[in-house]
Amino acid sequence: MAGASIMETLFQRNLEDLIKASRQQQVRESLFISKSMDEIRREIKSTDLHTKSIALQKLSYLSSLHGLDMSFAAFHAIEVVSSPQFLHKKIGYHAITLSFNDDTPVMLLITNQLRKDMNSSNQFEVSLALECLSRIGNIDLARDLTPEVFTLLSSSKAFVKKKAIAVVLRVFEKYPDAVRVCFKRLVENLESSDPIIVSAVIGVFCELSLKDPRSYLPLAPEFYKILVDSKNNWLLIKVLKIFAKLASLEPRLAKRIAEPICEHMRRTGAKSLMFECIRAVVSSLSEYESAVKLAVMKIREFLVDDDPNLKYLGLHALSIIAPKHLWAVLENKDFVIKSLSDGDFNIKLESLRLVMAMVSESNVAEITRVLVNYALKSDPEFCNKILGSILSACSKNVYEVILDFDWYASLLGEMARIPHCQKGEEIENQLIDIGMRVKDVRPELVHVSRDLLIDPALLGNPFLHNILSAAAWLSGEYVEFSRNPFELMEALLQPRTSLLPSSIRAVYVQSTFKVLISCVHSYFLHKENVASSIDSGNQASEVPELVSQRKFPESSDLTSEAPACSEQDGDFNPRDSNQSFEDLSTENDGDVTVAHGHASTSASFGKSNFTQESIVNLLNLVELALGPLSSSHDVEIQERTQNVLGFIDLIKKEILNLEIQGEQHLAREGTEASNAVKLMRDAFSKELGPVSTSAQERVAVPDGLSLKEDLSDLEMICGDAQLPLSSSFSLGSPQYGEKFDAPLSNLQSKDESEPLKESTSLLAEHRKRHGLYYLSSEKSEILSNEYPPANDPMSQDQLSDDAADLVKLTEQSVASKKKPNNAKPRPVVLKLDGDEIAIAAKKPELNSGMLSGAVRDVLLGNEALHTSSQSNLCDKPSSNKKGKEKLNTDLPLESKENLGGEEMPGGAASSRKSKHRSHGKERRHKSVGKNGEEKVDNSRKKETKSNHRHGRHKPRQKADGPLNVVAQTPVVPDFLL
Amino acid sequence: MIKSVMVMNTQGKPRLSKFYEYQPVEKQQELIRSVFGVLCSRADSVSNFIEADSIFGPDTRLVYKHYATLYFVFVFDSSENELAMLDLIQVFVETLDKCFKNVCELDIVFSYSKLHTILDEIIFGGQVLETSSAEVIKAVEEISKCWKRPQVLSHLSPSQFLVGEVGSIG
Repeated sequence: MAGASIMETLFQRNLEDLIKASRQQQVRESLFISKSMDEIRREIKSTDLHTKSIALQKLSYLSSLHGLDMSFAAFHAIEVVSSPQFLHKKIGYHAITLSFNDDTPVMLLITNQLRKDMNSSNQFEVSLALECLSRIGNIDLARDLTPEVFTLLSSSKAFVKKKAIAVVLRVFEKYPDAVRVCFKRLVENLESSDPIIVSAVIGVFCELSLKDPRSYLPLAPEFYKILVDSKNNWLLIKVLKIFAKLASLEPRLAKRIAEPICEHMRRTGAKSLMFECIRAVVSSLSEYESAVKLAVMKIREFLVDDDPNLKYLGLHALSIIAPKHLWAVLENKDFVIKSLSDGDFNIKLESLRLVMAMVSESNVAEITRVLVNYALKSDPEFCNKILGSILSACSKNVYEVILDFDWYASLLGEMARIPHCQKGEEIENQLIDIGMRVKDVRPELVHVSRDLLIDPALLGNPFLHNILSAAAWLSGEYVEFSRNPFELMEALLQPRTSLLPSSIRAVYVQSTFKVLISCVHSYFLHKENVASSIDSGNQASEVPELVSQRKFPESSDLTSEAPACSEQDGDFNPRDSNQSFEDLSTENDGDVTVAHGHASTSASFGKSNFTQESIVNLLNLVELALGPLSSSHDVEIQERTQNVLGFIDLIKKEILNLEIQGEQHLAREGTEASNAVKLMRDAFSKELGPVSTSAQERVAVPDGLSLKEDLSDLEMICGDAQLPLSSSFSLGSPQYGEKFDAPLSNLQSKDESEPLKESTSLLAEHRKRHGLYYLSSEKSEILSNEYPPANDPMSQDQLSDDAADLVKLTEQSVASKKKPNNAKPRPVVLKLDGDEIAIAAKKPELNSGMLSGAVRDVLLGNEALHTSSQSNLCDKPSSNKKGKEKLNTDLPLESKENLGGEEMPGGAASSRKSKHRSHGKERRHKSVGKNGEEKVDNSRKKETKSNHRHGRHKPRQKADGPLNVVAQTPVVPDFLL
Repeated sequence: MIKSVMVMNTQGKPRLSKFYEYQPVEKQQELIRSVFGVLCSRADSVSNFIEADSIFGPDTRLVYKHYATLYFVFVFDSSENELAMLDLIQVFVETLDKCFKNVCELDIVFSYSKLHTILDEIIFGGQVLETSSAEVIKAVEEISKCWKRPQVLSHLSPSQFLVGEVGSIG
């Protein structure tokens, strides 16, 4: 064994050999790596530490740059670290920082090695251990090594000290109680004469205050001193970052720092510091006009600089300030718009944001016009960024900026046709959303939809399928606004619809149904009117009126459109025709032209549109096109198709007979078919409205329904209900509820098999026992009375009431703002409660974690607490006796010192602070006392067991106590004043 | 805080990668690939900042610099200044240049350990501790003195204490 080991050592490849060899293996790198891994796995088991460490180094290399897993070597890394040689240690620690994480099982074994190295006389070994702790430190390591870190914080070697300071961040984060031990020494280091040390401390505070700025307000005087005195740009940048956070919490502080920051802006030549000053002003000092003006001036210098980095940052700063000082953006408007065509994606994106910030009611049309033109010219990615931001800006706060919805509808249609458009889903949602919310825009929406639907080229673009789905739905739902339903029908049934995904095809089929019903209904209505006009000529005048209710009465438009349509038809028919459609399309072409011909000649085109022949043709077309779909694999398509075909079956015969029987017959009694059509039309004509997300909450709980009582029984009930219930019971509609008990179970027991009978009787029994959880027929009635469905006439009334209110409101706001070139009044936009809720969104939660609690504790001073936690620390079973003694000698000194007095120069502040402290002291004392006891108990337990795992959850318990108290005390003394 | 430092060549081969928050190796490789995907599509004349939210999560920025065949990439959050990070890349590269006397990609390929030593002196656990390349070089030289001590082929077995603990856990 020993011999083999020597051989291995002598002939082992080191890292350099490995890299060289791997560079020669250009082709089969993976093979080479797996070979090397085999070699490493063998070598790493060697008893020779040198061989082991070289193997570990090679493994680290492969893991870091080739992504190989090295978790199997965790224990070997610990062995290597324990070597007395520095090189081995270095390799070992490197491997550990690369591969260890909270799940590493051998993590606990490293504690003692880290402690040993942190106490080493070789500063580089200490540095290695600190680096390791800062990377992998978990709660156990942080807790157990806090004393060592504390000691190193006052090391005489700057090399060690700065790293000890930096490691504090990790220690605090993982083990907040360490704050009580180390915080004071950390703060003391702010006074150091070595700029490197001060910079390290400020770095730590910058990180800490980003997470929870409030806790560090008491340190503002120290930071202020640095802000005013320091000449070190790195340091100033960090201090500015801290102040940007603090100033937004404490207005008086903001007032104080505004001038020094302006001074830096005037003086400094360093762009990084300049940018940080600008950022601090625009994000936190936006109330200080002179500072903002200066910052905007400096931003302008950035903007006109040749360096794209400065340009980008300038734009970025502008976008921070845009919400509060839009004038800053408007001043630089030309530059911003010019930047939209910059070569740099970041700059383009940033200027796009700024352009969107400038959008208002008066310029939205103009801005979007410019942007859509940019979108047409730019690459797909930026094009979609533009479209996305137009969509989100326009839909903000329920289309706040949109006055002319007809324009917006056509804009959406236009956006859909932009070649790179991938925003189908968003456009789909908005089309349907404005359709439901804004009544006045529906005719335009149907018009836009028609243009999209009849274009066969669009069907080939999968990104547009969602938009087509919306278009199909809109033109079905609001078919009464359609100028030419026949054309629409053809568009919905065109052969290329086979390219659509099945869910969208189902929408098409349903829309076909709606259009069909509408056409046939109009036809019958027309017949009736003709018939009745024959009966009594006086009523003839009603006809156009009736028609105009449903038809969009703009025949002049239509005439101009007619040629375009037939062109379209001509376009796609030859291209896509397959056999079955060939004859159809010719037939329909004729039909369409006939229809158009009529339309152009007669003013009330609707009347002449629905001839016997055209309706029969329509029915044939639908039958022919949908026929193949009735055996579709998609159930949704199949079912909807069957519905349509079934309906056609129902009415077709009568329509054919109608011709023979003559029109008088219809007028007198109405046929079965016309009645059916009427019913269907009624069903479809009920308006669908948006439903508020909070609708459910507003339904009053019916009397006698107690939802939350007896929930504890639920488990028992669920236990009962293990038997499979047949669906006929669970789905039974409430009306039949009362029949449930006797008749149904009887019925079942007669013709069903044994187990079912059992289950029904069980169910009946269950119902008897827990009637509470069943809906009785009475209750369901109450329920339906109190909450009518969305399309119920009653809710319509309510909605229109709301709408009336809204009209008033918008009118008021319109009146207050002057709008010169807006002739059209803004249509009513339905708003629901849910919208506002959605807009309000979640406020960021305040993460006043344990760390901030601990920090506040220390900063606002409490000796009792301090000593108790310190002594607790000393009680800890520490294998390192020296450390313990050291701590003991250190601590009494520290607890005597008045924390605040030393930290806060300036008598006024400290005296005020001490008052504060004495106030809180008593209150806190009690709980702390308790806590102290608890802690002592804990540490005793620890002594007896000395089990690391056991201690893992303790810090949490410990921290809970004092935290609650701290949270209650208001902590904003007068700083700097 | 700095979240990650990467050096990769213009073909996307990583030459150095360091993540200051633990990432599983597969994730590391994925991140390196996505960063390269963004970098390789950028022209030379454009800005050096990239919003990296889509790659590294919210509130992350990325600064890179292109030197000859190499990209140097620093990923960081809002507690660092973008321009300062750009300077820091410069410091790092200058330090490499002084350590290797006209650094080239090959130096970086073969000096895995030294590269990490240098970087560790500049950035410690994600925080910038040293910005003077002279100080860094001084420290690195002293460290390499430590590890070039004559090495004896030692057959020390790993410490008994550690083995004992493993036994007690297993």
